[in-house]
Amino acid sequence: MSLAGPDNFPATSLADNLDKKLLVILRDGRKLVGILRSFDQFANVVLEQAIERIMVGELYCDLPLGLYIIRGENVVLIGELDLEKEELPPHMVRVMPSEIKRAQKAEKDATELKGTMRKRMEFLDFD
Amino acid sequence: MYLRPGLSRGISTDTWFESCVGEEGRKESLSWIGKQRELFFSYFKELVGKEVTVELKNDLAITGILHSVDQYLNIKLENTRVVDEAKYPHMLSVKNCFIRGSVVRYVQLPPDGVDVDILHDATRREARGA
Repeated sequence: MSLAGPDNFPATSLADNLDKKLLVILRDGRKLVGILRSFDQFANVVLEQAIERIMVGELYCDLPLGLYIIRGENVVLIGELDLEKEELPPHMVRVMPSEIKRAQKAEKDATELKGTMRKRMEFLDFD
Repeated sequence: MYLRPGLSRGISTDTWFESCVGEEGRKESLSWIGKQRELFFSYFKELVGKEVTVELKNDLAITGILHSVDQYLNIKLENTRVVDEAKYPHMLSVKNCFIRGSVVRYVQLPPDGVDVDILHDATRREARGA
């Protein structure tokens, strides 16, 4: 099925992005980076050499995943990565997986704590 | 059955489609919806080359030149920049992107982007089944 109309209107097809390194953002907030090898009209995509990029504050980590098929409904955005530019701002620090896991947990705990504190203070009825 | 919510009231397309499904037979309404989707598809085609801001359901808002849209209202943007860059550092090196139509919440158009009268007329024409 060609999405380009008879008026030669440019299509949204991902064909131009094949074999390029892409950033895929998923609905649960995960960020995957990999080489686009295949896609279809539902935005199901196949990523080769996929990594998950976890970012917590200034820290980040790339976890290797391998070959991934992503079901289209989970895709939010597919971005072309500009290879000339640094992928991340210079202040971001790359850390080991163990460290990012710890940072992730700390962040999660902090959010939970904030949630429970808020719940306890709810009787104050502040806006 | 021919009483349709007007575009001029600024109802989001999703609600509009839903209200159409609710009020009539399924088969008929689906063809109606199909037509309306075509209408918005055609409408977005007119906007190609203009700068738009697309706000996603995860609150990420991206401004860029509209490169193309398709029947699902998937959108391709060029020369993108994220509205809140500090919050989304991973988007810094993304210059062109594809956005799945199903995750779009709003598309903010340039002020001169919509000729309401033409759109209104087209809507009425389609509603009459022309």
